[in-house]
Amino acid sequence: MSDNDALIPEAGTGPAAQSAPVRQGMWGKGSGDTSGYNGLRRSVDWPAAAVAPYGSWFDEALTRLSSLVADPFYKVVVDHGELTVYVARERVLEVMQALRDDAFLRFEFCASVSGVHYPDEVGSELHVVYHLQSMTHNRRIRIETTCPDADPHVPSVVAVYPAADWHERETWDMFGIQFDGHPFLTRILMPDDWVGHPQRKDYPLGGIPIEFKGTVVPPVDSRRSY
Amino acid sequence: MKETTDFYASSSDDVTEGAVYTAMGGGDWADIAAEQAERGDETLVINMGPQHPSTHGVLRLMVEVDGETVTSIRPGIGFLHTGIEKNMEYRSWTQGTTFVTRMDYVAPIFNEVAYCLSVERLLGIEDKIPQRANDIRVLMMELCRIASHLVAVGTGGMEIGALTVMTIGFREREMILDFFEATTGLRMNHAYIRPGGVANDLPETGIAQLRDLINWLEKHLPEYAAFCNENPIFKGRMCGIGYQDLSACFALGVTGPILRSTGYGWDLRKQQPYCGYENYDFDVVTWDTSDAYGRFRVRLDEMWESLKIVKQCADRLEASTGEPVMIDDPKIAWPAQLAVGPDGQGNSHEHIKHIMGESMEALIHHFKLVTEGFRVPAGQAYVPIESPKGELACHIVSDGGTRPYRAHMRDPGFNHLQSVPIQCEGGMLADIVVAIGSLDPVMGGVDR
Repeated sequence: MSDNDALIPEAGTGPAAQSAPVRQGMWGKGSGDTSGYNGLRRSVDWPAAAVAPYGSWFDEALTRLSSLVADPFYKVVVDHGELTVYVARERVLEVMQALRDDAFLRFEFCASVSGVHYPDEVGSELHVVYHLQSMTHNRRIRIETTCPDADPHVPSVVAVYPAADWHERETWDMFGIQFDGHPFLTRILMPDDWVGHPQRKDYPLGGIPIEFKGTVVPPVDSRRSY
Repeated sequence: MKETTDFYASSSDDVTEGAVYTAMGGGDWADIAAEQAERGDETLVINMGPQHPSTHGVLRLMVEVDGETVTSIRPGIGFLHTGIEKNMEYRSWTQGTTFVTRMDYVAPIFNEVAYCLSVERLLGIEDKIPQRANDIRVLMMELCRIASHLVAVGTGGMEIGALTVMTIGFREREMILDFFEATTGLRMNHAYIRPGGVANDLPETGIAQLRDLINWLEKHLPEYAAFCNENPIFKGRMCGIGYQDLSACFALGVTGPILRSTGYGWDLRKQQPYCGYENYDFDVVTWDTSDAYGRFRVRLDEMWESLKIVKQCADRLEASTGEPVMIDDPKIAWPAQLAVGPDGQGNSHEHIKHIMGESMEALIHHFKLVTEGFRVPAGQAYVPIESPKGELACHIVSDGGTRPYRAHMRDPGFNHLQSVPIQCEGGMLADIVVAIGSLDPVMGGVDR
């Protein structure tokens, strides 16, 4: 809905441009344009991939990781002092195991696993984000992996980090990402018989118009967005 | 005692193996107990909650007991899921504070701080937050920590029969909430910490009220130790219960007082300081028993450490009276300097006079910032803080718009409930309540 409007890319910037819905006319009805001319286009500038040297302890750790696992990551982003390592889903288990067990890495603590849905990233719509913490070295790292909407499978890391158990269940519940090898992948927050995965961008927020005397306020997901 | 078909049970045989007892047609516990005694070798599956008074809200526990020994326990959550994270994707960055504050409602300030710190990191304004705003944040967090620990200790005490601990716990908490009400306008759900600073400065009487509060807490906090620390019944119920050692804590993502009760002094305020915690003098409390009693003692001592920080805050805030509490950036800072009014809502009459009568530009600016909000550069941030329960963190993704693209709260209670089986299996049925109480889960935060 209106949330995706912010993602309307520049015209003709690739396959995503065709997939984005075309909107015209005055504002309202979910258009992201409040100028009234529907002439505004905004591209999203995600932080660019970093190139070595990354600075801080990042180089040392990533070199170590590369020496333990063959070709462990395909992209590194350093933003606001946080290290994000993009790992192909086939490599996730190996990488996690190395990150946990190697004495120079020693990310012994998996703080959080959650999902993010990017419907415009064709072929990698669903992202799984792992936040690891090394108490030994007092470091944090973010591992991110992706899977296409058509094949929403990612290996489960519960065998490496038992703490990921409920987090993966929540990510399945909210995004429909299936964690292969999870011991008991069932819904955790929504009722067992719920249909759909609520935090996906194509899942509407829902809501009803609020009636006041003399006016009606539309539900929040159909109000004007900027 | 009737044996009937359970209409709500799954049809597959492995789930409903054996006899299923339902409340249909009445029945008597004595009959059930007698029948169980005859069967001898059978275990009983009972459902505890989600409306059970000692499950700290709507937590459901599926317990299998053999006599009074727990052979298996599985927590079920989700009964308080309110879709806060999804809702935040449709509100501005500032409005997000009003949503996160409702997550862990016993420690609302911490949710707000975690959220605001992550937004500020994405905005790149972490270094530009005024000193006084940071001091107020620390003050509010530490008072909130005391209030949260009082609830944990008080309700935990109540559940094992120590009612006085609960009544005096809520008495002290009330004093803290009075101060919160005077400062933020509300006892909970404050939405007081905002991206860029805090919503409003302390009231004129704030420091005086704070000094009174400190005196009150100094006088009354020792009562808990006198009541509980060496009380043989209290120790009998708490010692050795809910045992979880360091490696189990690491494996299950357990932090906070539970981790510190294993003797490991991990506290994010010391390890990865934020909001200027490195400038305060306090100690990290640990205990070495890894059990419910250890967690109680950690919480008890942490309240003293928090009070130490609160006193330092009071001195600093007294010295910095009149300094700004919101970032000096008109594109982010809320345009009005609000104050808590008699209605608890707070308006700035000066500001209204300015935008309605003096400056058209100020009105436009106000309108744009309040309705549209500010934009946050695309990217993602994860900022953890030490909440009373453990590591509370906010994972924020922005696509450069005026709303969060995705907001996820890593609530410590969510992780801690995973460790219920490891703490309770093999123990007694009555000790479940003690173990859950020592975990201090708040379902608003767990289910979000």
